[in-house]
Amino acid sequence: MSEYLPLVVLFILSTLVAAIAVALGHLFGPRRPTERKLQPYESGMTPFGPGTRRMPVRFYLVAVLFILFDIEVVFFIPWAVVYRKLGLFGFVEMLLFAGILEIAFVYAWKKGALEWE
Amino acid sequence: MVPIYYYIALSAVLFALGALGVLIRRNAIIIFMAIELMLNAANLALVAFARLHGELSGQVFVFFVMAVAAAEVAVGLALIVKIFETKQSIDIDQLNLMKG
Amino acid sequence: MWADRLAVLPVIVIGAWAVLLTVADLYIPEHRRRITAILAALGLIVGLVVNLFIQRHNPQTAYFGLAIADGFSSFLNVLFLLSGLLGIAVAHGYLQRQNIARSEYYSLLLFSISGMMLMGMAADLIIVFIALELLSIPLYVMAGFHRDRLDSEEAALKYFLLGAFAGGFVVYGIALIYGATGSTRIAAILSAVQSGSASPILLTVGAALILVGLGFKVAAVPFHMWTPDVYQGAPSSVTAFMAVGAKAAGFAALLRVFLLAFPTLSDKLVPLLWALAALTMIVGNIVAIVQSNIKRLLAYSSIAHAGYILMATVTLGQSRLMADAAAAALFYLLAYLLTNFGAWAVVIALEREEGKGLSIQDYAGLGKKYPALAAAMSVFMLSLIGVPPTVGFLGKFYLFRAVLEGGFVGLAVIGVLTSLVSAYYYLRVVVVMYMQEGEPVVNRDALLHWTAALSAIAVLALSLFATPLFQWATQATLYAAQ
Repeated sequence: MSEYLPLVVLFILSTLVAAIAVALGHLFGPRRPTERKLQPYESGMTPFGPGTRRMPVRFYLVAVLFILFDIEVVFFIPWAVVYRKLGLFGFVEMLLFAGILEIAFVYAWKKGALEWE
Repeated sequence: MVPIYYYIALSAVLFALGALGVLIRRNAIIIFMAIELMLNAANLALVAFARLHGELSGQVFVFFVMAVAAAEVAVGLALIVKIFETKQSIDIDQLNLMKG
Repeated sequence: MWADRLAVLPVIVIGAWAVLLTVADLYIPEHRRRITAILAALGLIVGLVVNLFIQRHNPQTAYFGLAIADGFSSFLNVLFLLSGLLGIAVAHGYLQRQNIARSEYYSLLLFSISGMMLMGMAADLIIVFIALELLSIPLYVMAGFHRDRLDSEEAALKYFLLGAFAGGFVVYGIALIYGATGSTRIAAILSAVQSGSASPILLTVGAALILVGLGFKVAAVPFHMWTPDVYQGAPSSVTAFMAVGAKAAGFAALLRVFLLAFPTLSDKLVPLLWALAALTMIVGNIVAIVQSNIKRLLAYSSIAHAGYILMATVTLGQSRLMADAAAAALFYLLAYLLTNFGAWAVVIALEREEGKGLSIQDYAGLGKKYPALAAAMSVFMLSLIGVPPTVGFLGKFYLFRAVLEGGFVGLAVIGVLTSLVSAYYYLRVVVVMYMQEGEPVVNRDALLHWTAALSAIAVLALSLFATPLFQWATQATLYAAQ
């Protein structure tokens, strides 16, 4: 366990430092709240309407398409790592894989899933 | 080194939590999240075992589980959204149209 | 490399066809939807021909031992492709009558079939999982295909949640088995189990979890709760397809994984399998008695039949018998395929909009007004009971014989007694058709009527040629990929 001791010390020290910094700010910092300062994004856009209202279903569609294409990238990484070892076989297989993804993309596109308006 | 059994125990706890969640919770989204928890418990076990055996196929399997889970999310959320549009509720106890 | 592709060519054909059909469909105009159905059927026929040509007796592994092509997978491929063809035949007119004719149906059907075929070829637990999801995910969508009707949506959501739940069990079971043996290859698992290097606790728990997951898929009691609701709510053409296809694929995995990988665990697993089979037969048949909706009746009937097929798995560990029992299960699945699709064709012929025409009372007078249809339905009911001269009788005969040879007299007795119980509710349909007066309404749909008629003829005729058929199933021996 001894090799973990530095880690433990680091963890305790960092917690302490963070706690002290927050505490000092609380103790000595001046507090003059204005309406503007209490907004969720102080320097950002002025919020309109409650934050929990319903999202249009469009967001959902785009999000799901994103997840699907995003997660497929996971297969490219191990492939890229051993690309040279796999040679032509790996290249052809990945071409097929990407081709099928492309077809799915064309399908989503033609069905109008990517139209925003 | 953290012993392998810790990982397995953690994954077993996560799996049990997920399975219990499916059985206890009534909200379709929460049930679905519990199922995801089960899958990720299995992923944790697979990675831990892959490390134990010094072999990679467990890690490869994790990739497949993740990809399949994403496909399930796409279909499952579509179904849940559709039900919510019609019923304004995703409480599975209210899904009782059919009785024998 | 080419040998690998050749070995799994049937799956590649169907998978590629499904992908291309999805694209081609974008360019087929709305009013020509029939073309999509014909193209899908053509793909299945091409798959059948390919499967016939590359059928082999010595097993061939592919892709580093991930997949295996042997007699078992060839036989199952025929089963799945046939169920796809029948699935299209019963769906085409039905989808139009129900106003849900969207051509994605056929692509989804093909995707699901490619998953089922992959399941038959699985030589690695990773493939078992991927195939399970590949066949299930399209089925979730198809179950909810009637998207303006709440019961269809409800069925889809229930099927999805329980299917994903079952998938979780399968993955965790696989993870534990991987932990115990250090491999996901079925052959490697077997050698690790036989050498005794695997932890027996992890192995048994893992096998039990996979059994739970697959139990959901094949609708075995006590994992059957979803079945009646899903079968009732889903569009009838989808129900017909999933009652056969998904069940057969679940059993393919069950037979391949359990009989091949875990023969040494038989002392722990056989009591479990025994109880599962007995419970499934008893509950399925007894609850079916009180059903008044024909779709629910067939749902419970499908549960009961899962129980009969499960009997084949209790021969686990008796190596000489296992081949026979697996062959009997394959034969039973084929018999169930023909009988079930025939019965569903009749149900779909009588189903009208808004879910009318599905009560058993709606069948009153069918014998007088539509004698051919009523006769076909009677044949299917007799085959489901297991009365000679139908193929259902022979399916039960081969199964019971294998179970008796294995020394499981108690289980066989339960099987016979529950079959007698089932005669009550199947014959009630026949009685209503012939003995009661009524004005049944039947849809005009030539394809549907031909499907029913040809299935009825096949159910009768194949009982005469059962011996060569059973021999074909016997040759379809299971192999573990090396």
